[in-house]
Amino acid sequence: MRDFSYLRATSADAARQTAALPGAMLLAGGTTLIDLAKCGIAEPDTLVDITHLEGLDRIEIDERGAIIGALATMSHVADHADIKGRFPAISEALWQAASAQIRNMATIGGNLMQRTRCPYFRDPSNFAACNKREPGSGCSAIGGVTRGHAVLGTSEACIAMYPGDLATALVAFDATVHLGDRRILVDDFFLLPGTTPDKEHAIEPGEMITAIEIPSSAAVRRSTYLKVRDRQSYEFAAASAAVGLELEADGRTIRDLRVALGGVATKPWRARAVEDALKGKMLEPEAVRAASLLAVEGAVDHGANHYKIELAPRVVARAILKMGETA
Amino acid sequence: MTVHDIRVGESKRGDASDGGADAVGGRLSRVDGPAKITGAAKYAVEQQLEGLAYAVLVESTIASGKVRAIDSKAAEAAPGVLKVLTPDTIISLKTASDWFGTPPPDRPYCPLARDITFSGQHVAAVVAETFEQAVAAAAMVKVSYDETPSIVDLSDGKAGDGIPVDAMTKEWGDAQAAFASAPVRICAAYNTPREYQAPMEPHGLIARWEGDHLTVWEPSQWLDGMARTYAEWFAVPFENVRLVSPYVGGGFGSKALALSHGAVAASAAKMLGRPVRLVMTRAQTFTGYGGRAATRQTVTIGADHDGLIQSIVHRGVNETSIDGMWVEPLGSVTSIMYATPNFSSRQNVVRVNSVVPGAMRAPGENPSAFGIESAIDELAYEVGIDPLEIRLRNYAEQDPHAKKAWSTRQLREAFAAGAERFGWARRTPEPRSMRDGNYLIGWGVAAGTYPVRRAYGEAVVRILADGSVEVESSSIDMGQGTYTILAQTAAETVGVSADDVVVKLGDSRFARAGVSGGSRLAGVMTGAVYKAASSALDQLIGLAIGDPRSPFHALQANTLVVANGRITAPRGDGPDVSIADLLKSVGRDRIEATGDTMPANSTAEDRYKNYTTIAMALPHTEGDYSRHSWCAHFVEVRVDEDFGTVRVSRVVSALDSGRLYNPKLAESQWKGGIIMGIGQALLEEGIVDRRHGRIVNNNLADYLVPTNADIPDIEVISVGIPDLHSSVLGGKGVGELAIVGMAPAIANAVFHATGKRIRDLPITLEKLI
Ligand SMILES: Cc1cc2nc3c(=O)[nH]c(=O)nc-3n(C[C@H](O)[C@H](O)[C@H](O)COP(=O)(O)OP(=O)(O)OC[C@H]3O[C@@H](n4cnc5c(N)ncnc54)[C@H](O)[C@@H]3O)c2cc1C
Ligand code: SF4
Repeated sequence: MRDFSYLRATSADAARQTAALPGAMLLAGGTTLIDLAKCGIAEPDTLVDITHLEGLDRIEIDERGAIIGALATMSHVADHADIKGRFPAISEALWQAASAQIRNMATIGGNLMQRTRCPYFRDPSNFAACNKREPGSGCSAIGGVTRGHAVLGTSEACIAMYPGDLATALVAFDATVHLGDRRILVDDFFLLPGTTPDKEHAIEPGEMITAIEIPSSAAVRRSTYLKVRDRQSYEFAAASAAVGLELEADGRTIRDLRVALGGVATKPWRARAVEDALKGKMLEPEAVRAASLLAVEGAVDHGANHYKIELAPRVVARAILKMGETA
Repeated sequence: MTVHDIRVGESKRGDASDGGADAVGGRLSRVDGPAKITGAAKYAVEQQLEGLAYAVLVESTIASGKVRAIDSKAAEAAPGVLKVLTPDTIISLKTASDWFGTPPPDRPYCPLARDITFSGQHVAAVVAETFEQAVAAAAMVKVSYDETPSIVDLSDGKAGDGIPVDAMTKEWGDAQAAFASAPVRICAAYNTPREYQAPMEPHGLIARWEGDHLTVWEPSQWLDGMARTYAEWFAVPFENVRLVSPYVGGGFGSKALALSHGAVAASAAKMLGRPVRLVMTRAQTFTGYGGRAATRQTVTIGADHDGLIQSIVHRGVNETSIDGMWVEPLGSVTSIMYATPNFSSRQNVVRVNSVVPGAMRAPGENPSAFGIESAIDELAYEVGIDPLEIRLRNYAEQDPHAKKAWSTRQLREAFAAGAERFGWARRTPEPRSMRDGNYLIGWGVAAGTYPVRRAYGEAVVRILADGSVEVESSSIDMGQGTYTILAQTAAETVGVSADDVVVKLGDSRFARAGVSGGSRLAGVMTGAVYKAASSALDQLIGLAIGDPRSPFHALQANTLVVANGRITAPRGDGPDVSIADLLKSVGRDRIEATGDTMPANSTAEDRYKNYTTIAMALPHTEGDYSRHSWCAHFVEVRVDEDFGTVRVSRVVSALDSGRLYNPKLAESQWKGGIIMGIGQALLEEGIVDRRHGRIVNNNLADYLVPTNADIPDIEVISVGIPDLHSSVLGGKGVGELAIVGMAPAIANAVFHATGKRIRDLPITLEKLI
């Protein structure tokens, strides 16, 4: 039997230090970690439970932005009146994620650290080859069932899709991750697979996510998260878009636009090409649809996931046009 | 300890809107509901037994080949491990008979495989003191294989055309010639994927031996059938095996047979001399037994310009396993739904490297209806006739195949009631003609049917000293409401309130019962309980009239009235005595009656066969009538034109299940079938990795079943009338009916919305963008 020890952290510093020891892992809501342990992927020797740490679940909002503690639960953040009012895309991304039960348990820090749903990654006893799990072992997905795999940001080593919704909204609005005193843009926190798909985040041993910070902007105030999926609820995105829009005083010219894609890329995907093509332009359906096609520039499919290349620009266009209608 | 006494009074009462919830036909709420909601209901594997050991299965990771070697040294040395079972170390069993009771070949049976025919086959098992120890040690068992190429599925180049199943051939007239000369011809191929029952409660059991007596706690749709299999495997008398299954957390066809994991657990218990518990993981439930077989059908219809069908030619194929045989009868609906002078249906089965498929809600009828009910819709557009109208024009006034009168067929009434409620007349016929913003709206219709499967049943009814009534049967309740309707039947027949009835089910020591499958249980068991309760009532009245100690003795009445637990004279001119007082006065502590619906001259052998096999089931076309339940589904879908996502926004279904023993429970089963049909149409598909022959979405995050958000308000309308050719009390089948026809109704609605005909289920977004 795999014995492991369970420690309840008494301070953030103690948690960080303990979790830096070999075989130790932080435990927050456990909705990812315990699942992965059951799949035989995570095999921690020590679990450091951080859910009892005081103060790390705070949500602080002022005119500069929102700081959300790593231990705030998904449901708490999604329901927060000021998050809903001033950062709607964040709330919408959260309440459309997972299920009510999971959202009640899961934390914001754990959410950023969730792993891919690639079925080959999740079944080590049947599929030995997975570069993300075992660097250099190969990739079982390429040539296999790829309907849910990424079309953007892939490499020859790994085509696994990043499944999270929240981080997609975060990259659209230049949010940063607080790792104690260190700050890093969410966009930089998530790494492309390249030749090292096992390394997913710019986080080092001894570091812990303490908060995320979302700067205020007119675009985030007028934002949305549109998630398209096979099932109406409790499913990951087939394609999603976080969009924020700021119009000039004329109510028609685009001053600022933020676009990020979910469900189609190996990391939360900022679509700057779409933003650049539309900034300064009139908000018109034709122009929006044409520009949205830039969202999937450079996309590569693996057969069954080809539909994502068609779908993603349509989701982006719909989200932008929807924001345009809300004056 | 294990028997479940359910008293109606513990549950919230149903509304008594139609003449008293207690009686047959009343809307009594599920009497087992409170126990389930509060967690008091103890499921089979939750029994706490002294000395329980835990078994965990090791499965093959290849789809085809041989086990070269199993290295179990590390596992054996792991903490807490009691035994590692492999094909070499497990005790030898005997092959059991199939569900027809066909005598088995005299050869040993080993539930652990050396020859691998599918990925996920059981090759070994580890038994340990704790579940966690068994899980850890199972991961240490190293199996090496000699792998051979596998046939992945029906589309595999190596699969071939398969084996003709002559018993499935149905032909009359000259279908080919009539098709060739028909002025309007359509021909299309329809495919359904592997689908899984996905019950909430996974499969598992606890097995305990005491000498040569075996007790098995296991969720079961058929205690007596499974007990027979266990008895034959272990070569002990049938009486020595007791199966206990007080609650079943969903079966949908998958829990009717004893399966190989059960043989492993019972073997382990015997080898260790300890009770053993084995529960499948969710992933194992995708390969440890079969879901619905993948199917292919081609349907050709020849018709005239008025849409009158002249010929139907149907060819079907379903997958089966390399060494097992499963036939999914694909021509079952095709051959009876519409009148046609010429007809031909044939079917093949194709062997692929998968677990042998099994029964899943309306096996046969379900995929069959997807073919014919899509094809008739295609014909409607081809000739330019309303899809509802074309169904009425081709209405079968009698069973076109058996050439017998229908016992009852309220399908015309179903079409009328459903169309009226749905507002079908407001439909604009052109595809893509109904729209709401980004959504294309589509309205579709399809019919469904399921045969009335009949069998004989048995029950014990006791009237106890306190005036309460007890019903015993080894049949089961898997959520469909057996506890409730049997309480209603006994209450009405004896003349007591349903509060005073205790129903005991789920123990093979009780009066025997056949399989709870094929929607037969309610018809069979209400009949048996009615008989037993009538005979108990006769005894009660006989005592009241005939016993010199009875207060009614002096009355010299021919009969007495029992109502609300009290006995009175018919004209109210005598004493008014409670059942309890009557029993007391005549010095009896109980009255007991066994009732069954078997023919009078049945032998013990007949009875055994009736309850432990399906060989005695009465054909639905026996005698002068053809007996079926019928339904018509009307569906509205909203299709996001840009995204290809389909959501069902409205369902109205009108159904003919004959008389309803409890409308509330029947409606909830119908709605369950409709919901499962929505899943089948839009979401469900076992996805195979073609290189490994393995199901990759073997979990409930990736194998999608509908959530509440996918389900609109569903309106169901009962159009049935009592059908006494079908059952003692006039009911037909309820459980499977409503899933039949749902998938084609949705596919037809999607065509109406989008102009795209999707003939491969499920209808996922990439097929529409
Ligand atoms: C069936 C299912 C469906 C889901 N659907 C969706 C969906 O649609 N959209 C979506 O976005 N998500 C979805 N999720 C993922 C879900 O949101 C995550 O599981 C959850 O957010 C993880 O949070 P947690 O607190 O439970 O993390 P845990 O499981 O406790 O931890 C996850 C990982 O993060 C690490 N960790 C935890 N906290 C910190 C910290 N503060 N600093 C550094 N590392 C930390 C842990 O060590 C672990 O490795 C789904 C999950 C499941 C199981
Ligand atoms: S796609 Fe990535 S995660 Fe999936 S099998 Fe390949 S390497 Fe592993």
